[in-house]
Amino acid sequence: MATLREVKKRIRSVKSTKRITKAMEMVAAAKLRRAQQRVEQAKPYAQKLDEMLSHLAAGSTGEISHPYFEERPIKKRTLVVIASDRGLCGSFNSLVMRKADAWLAEHRDTDNELVLIGKRTNDYYRRRDKNILAFYGDWGGVMDYGRAREIAAMLTGRFVSGDTDEITFIYTRFINMVKYRITMEKYLPVARPEVSEDEHGAVSDYIFEPDSRHIYSALMPSYANTKMITALVESLASEHGSRMMAMGNATNNAGEMVENLTLDYNKARQAQITKELLEVVSGADALKG
Amino acid sequence: MFRLSIVTPEKIFFEADVKSLVVPGTEGYLGVLSNHAPLITALNPGKIEFRDAEDQVRLLAVSGGFLEVSGNVATLLADAAEETDSIDIDRARAARKKAWQDLKDARSGEELVEARAALDRATNRIKLYEETH
Repeated sequence: MATLREVKKRIRSVKSTKRITKAMEMVAAAKLRRAQQRVEQAKPYAQKLDEMLSHLAAGSTGEISHPYFEERPIKKRTLVVIASDRGLCGSFNSLVMRKADAWLAEHRDTDNELVLIGKRTNDYYRRRDKNILAFYGDWGGVMDYGRAREIAAMLTGRFVSGDTDEITFIYTRFINMVKYRITMEKYLPVARPEVSEDEHGAVSDYIFEPDSRHIYSALMPSYANTKMITALVESLASEHGSRMMAMGNATNNAGEMVENLTLDYNKARQAQITKELLEVVSGADALKG
Repeated sequence: MFRLSIVTPEKIFFEADVKSLVVPGTEGYLGVLSNHAPLITALNPGKIEFRDAEDQVRLLAVSGGFLEVSGNVATLLADAAEETDSIDIDRARAARKKAWQDLKDARSGEELVEARAALDRATNRIKLYEETH
């Protein structure tokens, strides 16, 4: 058994670690609340935009004409990997990277390029001899809408100019506080919206001002931005959630460890007292002798 | 009366029954009353004007977006919207100045389009502010 002094030192060090993980848990919880709000607030716009797009598709005569819908033979693919800047968030990053690796292994037949969001993705891929087109790091744990639009503009520009034929997202979707789903989603080309006979019945008698082509060209960039923003806010909320959980677990484990160590400490102390008593008693006996 | 909801990428800005609505369509301002025919249009930067259930006229500045009307529901997707009372006039003026400069310095077509749009947005806000103050 370790000496009293050693055990005492360990207890002190575990306790201070626990204080740090506890603080990190609380910070993550606060950030999660904000990120979660962002997720909720972004939803109505995305939903309405989807609806509008499908009404537009239903009502517009003839072919949908917008470059974002163009499906070409795929010679070059782009993968956008979205993870976090910082670690200490459990398996959050490694799960995303594993999915991305699987995707890369599956699409060896084409020329692939990577767009990395979050420092951790860059740390992982820059050593792996992959074709990295762009890297966006240092988000500071908050959502930056301007930057999201910038990335969306870069990606759509590449697709329209023919530099890439397909763009896929891999990111973590936020389901609830304890549930996240690694999601793979095609970004471009956009799937042609389904023409559905919805609750309004015949929807084909819409008036378009000025005409459907103009509305498409105004609507599609917003659609691309919204998809990008959605992916980023979902990933951010998942990151803070994962970190909160990981730090919560660490705090609990530290607490347990302190308990065990305290038990050890008390046992060692008791043993020492017993030993000293025995020594005193046997010493006295010897003198009586 | 019909239901109007104004939604921006950041949040639901407004949702209630209104009596009338005027929006800046790409072809000019257009008005919507109850039982309007189904319509989808893109919006320019400009002024949204609507009369709410208490006959109060309210003004908003919008920086572009889309409007869908169908079955007495008007959905307005705005890139950004704000009450004319909350316009920060100094910021708007600074934005206009910067947009002018960007317009002069623009080298590519994209930069030109972007600066032009920024100028329109700033000018719109300043105009609305001056109209209501």
